[in-house]
Amino acid sequence: MLWLIHACGDSTMVKQLKEVLQDGLYNRKFIIGSSITLLFFAMALLSYTWTPHSVEEINIAVKLAKPSLEYWLGTDHFGRDIFSMLIFGARNSVIVAMVAIVIGMGVGVPLGLIAAAKKGWIDETIMRFNDFTFAFPALISAIMITAILGPGSVNSIIAIGIFNIPVFARITRGTALSLWKREFILAAKSAGKGSIQISLEHILPNASNILIVQATIQFALGILAEAGLSYLGLGTQPPAPSWGKMLNDAQTFIHFAPQLAIYPGLTIAITVLGLNLFGDGLRDVLDPKLRRSR
Amino acid sequence: MRMLIQWRTLFIGIAMVIFFATTAMGAKTHLKMGMVLEPPHLDPTAGAAAAIDEIVYANVFEGLTQIDQNGTVQPALAKSWDISRDQLTYTFQLNTGVTFHDGTTFDSDDVVFSLTRAMAKDSVNAQKGLFKTISSVKKQDSHTVIIQLKRPTGSFLFNMGWGDAVMVAKETVQKNKSTPIGTGPFKFNKWVKGDRVELIKNKSYWGNPAKLDKATFKFIPDPAAAVNAMMAGDIDAFDNFPAPESLSQFSANSRFKVVIGNTEGETILSTNNTRAPFDQLKVRQAIAHAINRQAIIDGAMFGYGTPIGSHFAPHHPAYVNLTYTFPYDLETAKKLLAEAGYPNGFKAAIKLPPPSYARRTGEIIAAQLKKIGIELEIVPVEWAQWLDQVFKKTDYDLTIVSHTEPMDIGIYARDRYYFNYKNAKFQALMKQLDQTVETKKRYALLATAQKILAEDAVNGFLFQLAKHGVWNKNIQGLWANSPVQANNLTQVYWTK
Amino acid sequence: MRLFLLKRMISTVLTLIVASVVIFVVLEILPGDPASFMLGIHAEAETLAALRAQLGLNQPLSIRYLEWIGGLLTGDLGNSYTYDVPVAELIRDRIMVSFPLALLAITLSTLIAIPLGVVAASQHNKPLDFLIMGFSQLGIAIPNFWFAMLLTIVFAVTLRWLPAGGFVGWDAGIIPALTSLLLPTVALALPQSAILARVTRSSMLDVLKEDYIRTARAKGVGYWSALWHHALRNAMIPVITIMGLQFSFLLAGTIIIENVFYLPGIGRLIFQAISQRDLIVVRDLVLLLSAAVILINFVVDILYALVDPRLRGFNDG
Repeated sequence: MLWLIHACGDSTMVKQLKEVLQDGLYNRKFIIGSSITLLFFAMALLSYTWTPHSVEEINIAVKLAKPSLEYWLGTDHFGRDIFSMLIFGARNSVIVAMVAIVIGMGVGVPLGLIAAAKKGWIDETIMRFNDFTFAFPALISAIMITAILGPGSVNSIIAIGIFNIPVFARITRGTALSLWKREFILAAKSAGKGSIQISLEHILPNASNILIVQATIQFALGILAEAGLSYLGLGTQPPAPSWGKMLNDAQTFIHFAPQLAIYPGLTIAITVLGLNLFGDGLRDVLDPKLRRSR
Repeated sequence: MRMLIQWRTLFIGIAMVIFFATTAMGAKTHLKMGMVLEPPHLDPTAGAAAAIDEIVYANVFEGLTQIDQNGTVQPALAKSWDISRDQLTYTFQLNTGVTFHDGTTFDSDDVVFSLTRAMAKDSVNAQKGLFKTISSVKKQDSHTVIIQLKRPTGSFLFNMGWGDAVMVAKETVQKNKSTPIGTGPFKFNKWVKGDRVELIKNKSYWGNPAKLDKATFKFIPDPAAAVNAMMAGDIDAFDNFPAPESLSQFSANSRFKVVIGNTEGETILSTNNTRAPFDQLKVRQAIAHAINRQAIIDGAMFGYGTPIGSHFAPHHPAYVNLTYTFPYDLETAKKLLAEAGYPNGFKAAIKLPPPSYARRTGEIIAAQLKKIGIELEIVPVEWAQWLDQVFKKTDYDLTIVSHTEPMDIGIYARDRYYFNYKNAKFQALMKQLDQTVETKKRYALLATAQKILAEDAVNGFLFQLAKHGVWNKNIQGLWANSPVQANNLTQVYWTK
Repeated sequence: MRLFLLKRMISTVLTLIVASVVIFVVLEILPGDPASFMLGIHAEAETLAALRAQLGLNQPLSIRYLEWIGGLLTGDLGNSYTYDVPVAELIRDRIMVSFPLALLAITLSTLIAIPLGVVAASQHNKPLDFLIMGFSQLGIAIPNFWFAMLLTIVFAVTLRWLPAGGFVGWDAGIIPALTSLLLPTVALALPQSAILARVTRSSMLDVLKEDYIRTARAKGVGYWSALWHHALRNAMIPVITIMGLQFSFLLAGTIIIENVFYLPGIGRLIFQAISQRDLIVVRDLVLLLSAAVILINFVVDILYALVDPRLRGFNDG
């Protein structure tokens, strides 16, 4: 592995990446976290080409089957293959959590940058808006959104995305405020650059590490939130399998087929654990870089 | 802490068991009954929720007549009646010595008040149609009431037995929603919102007194919690158990009785008959051929339910078995679709209301129709949305719902019903049925009606909902079938 | 400081007003008519009209909004459409379940988290620290409703020690009531404590580096004494802040857990009221919950400013 990295070229980008990876290889959290994360993404991708069985095929004759060679983790109450549904559910989780982050960053980061750059009443207004969005319990807004638009994965994306906005706005603003006090920004200012330009050219790149780490955390939270919403019947709808929905289905069978409740929950827990470890590891790995660049 | 208390209660318990065992304690007199839904309030004359009737009908409130467990009309507050030859005048003789739970007497004035209130312009009775046929209600003396009808109505006595037609007192009617005051063998005791309603025996009941001293209705919407509550003995009976998948563990347990009965619920794949492509007979027939009813019953209802082929209850004497009018046959289905101009199928949406029978059946139907190229998008809706979008505005392609009213084949003759089905022949048939009194002729007409609906494949006729009663084996007197939405507890007792 | 307080108060009130308007408008867009839900599929047009008039649904929007706010200000939350009882009464019954649950969960999670965090910090980078942080990672990753299901499988289904759901009511006695809240409390508290333990640990680590701890140690104060008396007190500031911020999560958690265990609390009431289109109850509840979060954020901000004067300047920006 190390050899492979060394074999790579020597441009600055690659060099930085190399350093990160080198550090990463000595960080246990990073290794475990990134392997689980990779596995999770691999599952999501795999679902596009192959699953052991069709996830929509209902076969009542084999309902609630025990694990076997044919059905690795058994079948659910409609005779669908649990393992295939778990693979497919990964795709669903990735999409929902990912798009929600795009929404959160797409709106939150600019808001945070503007708040830090302009200060004064603009900052105040943005932060109040932030507080307001944050104050609205995310689950309640999700319930209201689904009550109006009907349940579905798009609506859970919106609800989670809205929840992500103040998180990114807050962290961007905080980081940007501390950066604005730094010398190189002062230099740029005296060179006559406008605040927007400085924000884009200097603040954003320097805040990117923190934002990336936050994004991993929000990604994990997004997966948890999606599972929660689907569990309550507000998120992803059948026939598309989702981990939360599988848990919801499993609840009625908890007395005689408890395994149905075990697998999806375990999958969620492992995935989220992996993502969190990955985020932690990434922070540890990126942090020295941050310090070095200072 | 808990352990300590458990030990202490255990000792006291053992002591008590020994004491009572030697003195041969009598049978239990408290019944705890499980229900899936909590009623919004307890006034059956001001709401449509079945849960209201399931608690108060016959127990707290009584009408002039009452429906028994075979679905036939029995005298209740009216001990007898005379019907004029032209079938327009009904003279009801009321029982004497009847009092409301607040001690006031029940007499003709209360009948006049109750019916006039239900018919009034500002009435919020959910079944106002029941009273449409009445032209006047008059008091002859304190215990005789004369009701004049606008036209002969064969079902009038049955209608007066509905929960929406019970007798209420003028003085207490405003508070019936939270503290119902009726004439029944049980009195309302208390309502812990979100948890339970308690009834206690009415000691000064005018008729045959209840055998139970106390009845508690506990609300448990979650099937898993319902299983636990039954197993733990927190609940003695569930009139209609919410999760058919868990019935097997009760029938395997000697503590319980599982009683599968009939309901009036025809579960159908309601189809918007005016919306393309469902306006084509061949498309609807193709769907009928593509539905595997047994798979639906096995998958969604765990085997409980009877396949149907038309909109009619199989336990009714006029029933005709039309289940195989369009047998499960994918080839024929595809052929019909091609003939209708959809060789590659089409896309449509299916709106599913919240009950699990609907959601599960919907998922299975979507998978079944996919095999003939019909791709269904599943759209779950709440009841409020279903009423608004599907029922009122008929903005839907397909939906699944159980029609639980008894003898409701007449809805297919209605002008603006959400199926948007129009068939002059069928409408004429229903009119003829209204005017026919003789049973044999009526049955013949009903048979024809069932056939028309089946052959037109108006809706996907799926199965008759079964009633899954589960109760402690020592309980007697609960109804196996449910001809009306009620838990009549008046004759229920514990054998031990 | 006074200016800061005034500013924060004004913006809190403004936020509340905006919240009330948003809630009101959103609920007006909600498809579905409360009257037709109450009367079902056999209702006649005339009956529906009568009920709508009776419920006051025919008045213009602005009037109904003002009536609602006016009522709130005089302490009148209105009457529930479906139950036809004062909403205040309804909410009071439900709060008697949700509030104790939330309180128990906070207490339990604090009781678990603080000692774990302190121990982990004191054993920094030793096996015990890794063990505790490992559990904490696990606790954060596990969805609380799944944890609730696992608890049910173990304690209710398999061992049959505890009820799987439902609430017996406080009038059944303290012990039975607490028993029925036990599993929900644990399900809520453990994931919560995982987060709190981490915050406590890192906050403790920061404080332990400070000079005064070294001074105290140099003066001969014992290690554990220094840890508990000096360090912990100072380390609690960020911990309390996080607890304040976690309030919103706790609310959401309570709503989900109430659904898993079928507890008649606020969370279930919201779901039920939305599906029955009992709009009065929904908007009162949603406003109440948002107000609770907004006010708690306000209090946390004030506390923060009191503790750390630098932040005032920061917030005044």
